[in-house]
This record gives sequence, C-alpha cells and structure tokens, in this order.
Amino acid sequence: MKSKYSIFSLARNALDYHENWTEAWRSPEPKPAYDAIIVGGGGHGLATAYYLAKLHGLTNIAVLEKGWLGGGNTGRNTTIVRSNYLWDESAFLYEHALKLWESLSQDLNFNVMFSQRGLMNLAHNLHDLREIQRRVNAIRLNDIDSEFLTVDQVRQICPILNFDPKARHPILGASLQRRGGVARHDAVAWGYARAADALGVDIIQNCEVSGLRVANNRIQGVETTRGYIAAPKVGCVPAGHSSVIAAMAGLRFPIESHPLQALVSEPVKPILHTVVMSGAVHVYVSQSDKGELVLGAGIDAYTSYAQRGSPHILEHQLGSLTELFPLFSRLRFMRQWGGIVDVCPDASPIVAKMPVEGLYFNCGWGTGGFKATPGSGWVFAYTIAQDRPHKLNEAFTLERFSHGYLIDEHGAAAVAH
Amino acid sequence: MLLITCPHCGQRDESEFAYGGEAHIARPLQTDQLTDQQWGDYLFMRKNPKGVHFERWNHARGCRRWFNAARHTVTHEIIATYKMGEPPPAVSK
Repeated sequence: MKSKYSIFSLARNALDYHENWTEAWRSPEPKPAYDAIIVGGGGHGLATAYYLAKLHGLTNIAVLEKGWLGGGNTGRNTTIVRSNYLWDESAFLYEHALKLWESLSQDLNFNVMFSQRGLMNLAHNLHDLREIQRRVNAIRLNDIDSEFLTVDQVRQICPILNFDPKARHPILGASLQRRGGVARHDAVAWGYARAADALGVDIIQNCEVSGLRVANNRIQGVETTRGYIAAPKVGCVPAGHSSVIAAMAGLRFPIESHPLQALVSEPVKPILHTVVMSGAVHVYVSQSDKGELVLGAGIDAYTSYAQRGSPHILEHQLGSLTELFPLFSRLRFMRQWGGIVDVCPDASPIVAKMPVEGLYFNCGWGTGGFKATPGSGWVFAYTIAQDRPHKLNEAFTLERFSHGYLIDEHGAAAVAH
Repeated sequence: MLLITCPHCGQRDESEFAYGGEAHIARPLQTDQLTDQQWGDYLFMRKNPKGVHFERWNHARGCRRWFNAARHTVTHEIIATYKMGEPPPAVSK
C-alpha cells in the first residue's frame, strides 16, 4: 500500500536522500477479464477509472494505454482551465469540471498545481466588445463567475500588453474569469493514475488495442498487443485516434484528427501573471511556474496522426504573440511539439453510449479537452456504471449529428481553431 | 511545410494552398427520401483514416483551382495529386 504524500513523508524521505520513495502505481500483467476496460491512459481515461472505482464501486477494471501515461494530449496541451462557455450544455459540464479542479489536489493527494490566476479574453473591435459582453452576461446567468473589464482595468492586470490605440488590433476591453487558470498537466495524469491504482485499478501501459470484439451487437472484449482481454463494458477515450478505434466496431464518427502545435520559451522571471487569450490576434499564453511562456498555435489544416505540424503555423503564431506583447520579441523559444486533436464539426465532445451495447466513447474534445479532464471522467464514469448518461452529458451524443441538435461552441474556443 | 504538386502549376509550398477535407463525397440524390441518419452521414461523418487519405486541396494563392491528393496521414507523404473528376489512383494503404 502506498503511503500518503505529506510534508511529513517529504521530510522522512529527505533523511535518506529521496532514494526510498515507493512507486506511484503498479505495472500489473493484464488479467484475462475485467468488469470494465478503459481504452486510453490520458487524463480523461485515468479520471474515468478513478471515478468508476471511487464513486461507483467498480474496482475490477483496467486502463489500457498504448504508450506511456499522459504521453498524448495530456502532456501536449497549454494547461489552461476555464469554464466561460456560452451554451448551457457546455457551461454546466465545464463548470462541473472547474469545481472538481478546485479540490482535486486534496482529493487525489497529489499536487496538480492548480493555479486560479485568472483568465482574460481580449476584445479588439466593436463586435468583440458586444460579443464579450453578451458572453459575460450569459455566463453569469448560469451562475459562473465572469466579468467585463475596461481598457484601464486590463492595463492594471496586464500592463505589458500592446495598448497602442493605433495598433492593428487595439485592445478595447476584456472579459475575465478569475477562477480560471492553469494546472500542471503531467501531474493530472500521474495523480489520477496513483489514486486509481490505490483503489485497485490495473493500469497497463504499452498495451495497444488492435481490435474490438463485438457479437450480437454487444461488446465482448478487446484485442490488444498483449492478448485478448474480455469485458462486458468498454469505455474508449482515445482522443486523436477516436475514428480508428470506432472503426474497429464498425462505427463512423464525425471527427477529423488534426495536429495542434504548442511551444514554450526560455524561462524568464515572472512577467505574465494571468492567462491572456485573444481571438482576433489568435494568442493564448500563460507563464509556467518554471518561468517559461506557454503558448499554443492554431491547428494545421490537414488531417494527421503524426504529432507534428508545419512550421509556418508556428511562424504565424509568433507573429501574433509579438503583435500583442511587443516585449516578447527578444525571447527565444526552447521547445515545440504537436498533439493530435479529435475535432467535431460543432467543437463539442461526444460523451455517450454507442449503438453497440456495452461500448462507450468519450472523444471529440478537439482543441480544448484538458480543462474538462475531471468533469469528463466524472460524467463518463457515471455513463459507464449506470449505462445511461448523466444529466450533464446527455446532450453530448453521437446521434446529435443525425437529429441536428448541435452544440456549436466554435466561438467559445476563445481563439479560432 | 508540405510541398504540394498542383496538377496545373507544379510543386509549390503548402502555404499557397487551402485544405478542403475528404474527397469523393458525393451529395446524395433523391434528397426527399433520405433519413436523418443518411443526411447526417453525408454532412458530418468522415473516414479520418490513419493511412492514405484522399482529400481536396485548393491552390488558393496560385491558379485557384481545386484538385485531389492522396496523402499519408502519418508520414505526410503526398503519394499522388490528380485533377477533379479523375478517379482516385490505386495506392497501397
């Protein structure tokens, strides 16, 4: 049994030079059968397993990950957390996630470094101003914190922005969600993995699913690179590879997989104390606790599974950054990477039962899944355990692409992807 | 940056082109007889393969003509480009 992390365990381990920390989770051999299998060991999949074990008593379950934990989009995003969404369906789901974020470190006994440093969306023209005010009001009506800032208020919070009124995209105001912020992405995967493992969940890495076995329209189990594993319930959280896994069950998805690139600068002293997003200039940037600026680009236009994109996308992104923050023009950038995002036509996810009995999918989070991690796992665990959606995710079906009740959140991406 | 061979202009940088998504999706005829599911399939469902993808490109900053390409979605290799109306080339997946 693992010991609880605390200031005392830290002190105790310091006495023997930190050489005797125990493993955070086991690496068991897969059993021939489980009560449920989660395909995909990213944040959403691990959170699903954790809440299945903790809230629904399903502990004979396994998480199958083709690579290493959090090696996909969980480790490749810009770590922004917010819930300032326009439509009710999204607002309630992301707000549920945000509330879970607020106590996540205590819940998991793992510091996910959730920092509610506030998040601004800038307005650069009259339309932006009206749209932002509309959103601020809509969000407040859903009992989610949101406020409108004048230019002077924006300047007080972030004086290093380009406030030149003659700029190509002058700053005219902003919306602010004070409870928004950032979290440590890797810690989210590790924290959920450790907590799920402690409840008896088998986390199996380097185990790629190569097929779904279906008979009489019912899931039987999964074929993997480490043999066949039977389970009456299979929850798939494969992010960029959603269409590939869905095809194994003969399903067609409204998803296209695109590279989304991000990059970090060299570390500098604290300069940016909040998260700044701008749709018109296309910037979303924050400063990590290590001092690096973390910013994301737009998606590459073409579909891909390669976890890399084209350099001109990054060039465009750095142009946008220096337009908004002229003083960053002398920063050097250290690292750049790409993740494969599964984009739905309405920029909203699918968290639902599938037409195949016992098969569930949680996918289509596209460019903005990280912020939803706890809420996504929470509603998906409910859906798998109860075999019906929770009220929070009942609108996020696959069938909405037939009956037309889309949840159009392209605007809420805050930047255009 | 991809190097794309426009069937009309030759090889150019990707930044001259606009992407048009999956190719060879025919708009159903007899639209009054389609079920919602068939409409949804036509409008939204995509192959999104991991492997060779047949897709449309537009030489937006060149000759402005549309054409098709067969491109591998893992290697990004463009195996062939061909004019609109031509059948897709036979390529191994």
